Amino acid sequence: MTDEGIDGLVVDAEVRRGDFRLVVAMTVPPGQVVGVLGPNGAGKSTLLSALAGLTPVAAGRIVLAGQVIDDAGTGAFVEAAGRPVGFVFQDYRLFPHLSVADNVAFSPRARGMGSRAARSAASHWLSRLGLADLAGRKPGELSGGQAQRVALARALAGQPALLLLDEPLSALDAGTRLDVRDELKRHLSDFSGPCLLVTHDPLEALVLADRLLVLEDGRIVQEGTPAQVARQPATEYVATLVGLNLYAGRADGPGVALAGGGAFVIPDRGQHGDVLVAVRPSALVVSSQRPQASSARNTWPARIAGLTLLADRVRLDLEGRPPALADVTPAAVAELSLSPGSQVWVAAKATDLEVYTHADTQAE
Amino acid sequence: MITLSRSSGLTARERARRAARGGASRSVPAPLLAPALVAVAFLVLPLAGLIIRAPWGRLGSVLSGSDATQALQLSLWTASVATMISLIIGVPLAWLLARGSFPGQRLLRALVTLPLVLPPVVGGVALLLAFGRTGFLGRYLDSWFGLTIPFTPVAVVMAETFVAMPFLIITVEGALRSADQGFEEAAATLGATRMTVFRRVTVPLIAPSLGAGAVLCWARALGEFGATITFAGSFPGRTETMPIAVYYALENDPDAAIALSLVLLLVSVVVLVSLRDRWLRGGSAP
Repeated sequence: MTDEGIDGLVVDAEVRRGDFRLVVAMTVPPGQVVGVLGPNGAGKSTLLSALAGLTPVAAGRIVLAGQVIDDAGTGAFVEAAGRPVGFVFQDYRLFPHLSVADNVAFSPRARGMGSRAARSAASHWLSRLGLADLAGRKPGELSGGQAQRVALARALAGQPALLLLDEPLSALDAGTRLDVRDELKRHLSDFSGPCLLVTHDPLEALVLADRLLVLEDGRIVQEGTPAQVARQPATEYVATLVGLNLYAGRADGPGVALAGGGAFVIPDRGQHGDVLVAVRPSALVVSSQRPQASSARNTWPARIAGLTLLADRVRLDLEGRPPALADVTPAAVAELSLSPGSQVWVAAKATDLEVYTHADTQAE
Repeated sequence: MITLSRSSGLTARERARRAARGGASRSVPAPLLAPALVAVAFLVLPLAGLIIRAPWGRLGSVLSGSDATQALQLSLWTASVATMISLIIGVPLAWLLARGSFPGQRLLRALVTLPLVLPPVVGGVALLLAFGRTGFLGRYLDSWFGLTIPFTPVAVVMAETFVAMPFLIITVEGALRSADQGFEEAAATLGATRMTVFRRVTVPLIAPSLGAGAVLCWARALGEFGATITFAGSFPGRTETMPIAVYYALENDPDAAIALSLVLLLVSVVVLVSLRDRWLRGGSAP
């Protein structure tokens, strides 16, 4: 293997925790922020834990900046304390008995710096993150946003070659989350090494990450730029996350037979074989009668299973072949007197259907 | 008309209490109240008697008598040294029991706890058999180094440590088990070695329990009687600790016994007050 020649992070490993298995192969170049998305129990935290050296890999290896830090084949293993890794925990885990300054100076001290040098390194990071005024406080006296910044400062003060953030914003209330998120984005772009950011908030991932990696059941199901993942989700989970209807089916020129029943007419690009079809809920047109003369090539009957009021629209949960989520205005709901159980017709223009193959979703 | 049973008055104060805190009647059932009061009387009256019978007028002169002062001094320094030794060797053992995983761990924990339930005099006999002049260890100490431990202040310290250290170990082990290991993980990712983690994170985090364990250990050492008198004897000024002095004083100078007991009572009260946050809240430890 020539992994050693590559800067950044190279992972090709399997991690086991009890019955759970996580299989990951990925490369993160220096300076890139990878957002790790996935439902609970997908293996996101296990991945960070393996990278930090808190859980050894069961097979394969991890190479960081050209150095093998874990290799189940040769038995090589660098203990957590020996890895140049900065970890921002979900609950921050600031040492409650140490002041903010001592928390931030902890890593330089532990990595062998004298106490004076460590303190000056800490004060450098504190002022860089706008925390200089809080240096003397105890973690218990900080707000959520401040604690988050201290946790980041503490992780960065050890001059890590790899930065790991486990749901860094989830402990914050909605108001401060936006401010902290924008600030975090700034600090992450200053960080020169590879960075992994675990989240289950798609928006957070879209804003903070250069690239997304979607984990489900211990496997990578999709990898790509945020735009690509948002436009062409590979799985139901990702589609729901980004708010799209997603269907698997078999394309045959201008038509797609959907796996779950139903069919779509699509723009004929000569596609054949297994494809995914994504369509935005707002692109679907709902009417109370069968549309007669319409430019929409796809129409099908459906029954309303539920209505959810979103900020400025109503999301209809439609049962039919295929089932779908459709967004309409509150005025339309009143005009068509839509209610659970109502029979409606759904229409979609062929050009609003995003048709792609599974292989497309894996492209870089 | 419906029939209401258990109707009675409610004082304004009780009304206010129930309104503020909620809940139904909290009156104590009579069959529980009487035995409870007997228990209170049984625990409190003897101590009250001690205070009433105390020779308050000549307390100073009794306590400054050379024997009493010597006993007090001996007790204070031996208990303190026993506590220091317990901290130095007991805390690492507590860590091993809480965090280690090795064969025989459960057995070891049982052995460590044994002195808690063992009659102290048995501990004294065991120490004598081990470190006595003909004991299986003491024999060599005597013949190789000319060291004789029994009936010396060193024996007092050993007897006290034997009996009191488990209190410290159990307290600290419990704290280590319930401590949030997330902090230790965080410290490891920050580059701290296992020893640094222990020193800079684990110990500060369990400091309250460490203090409580040390106080408990010290109090137990101070009150030690059975193991001490068996292993160290009762030579005034050398091995006669406060409890032993009280016991002998009761025969020929009851006033001195009472005065010495008062001192020990006072120490116990101070210990209790220092542990109040942990124990007197009635719930679990903070």
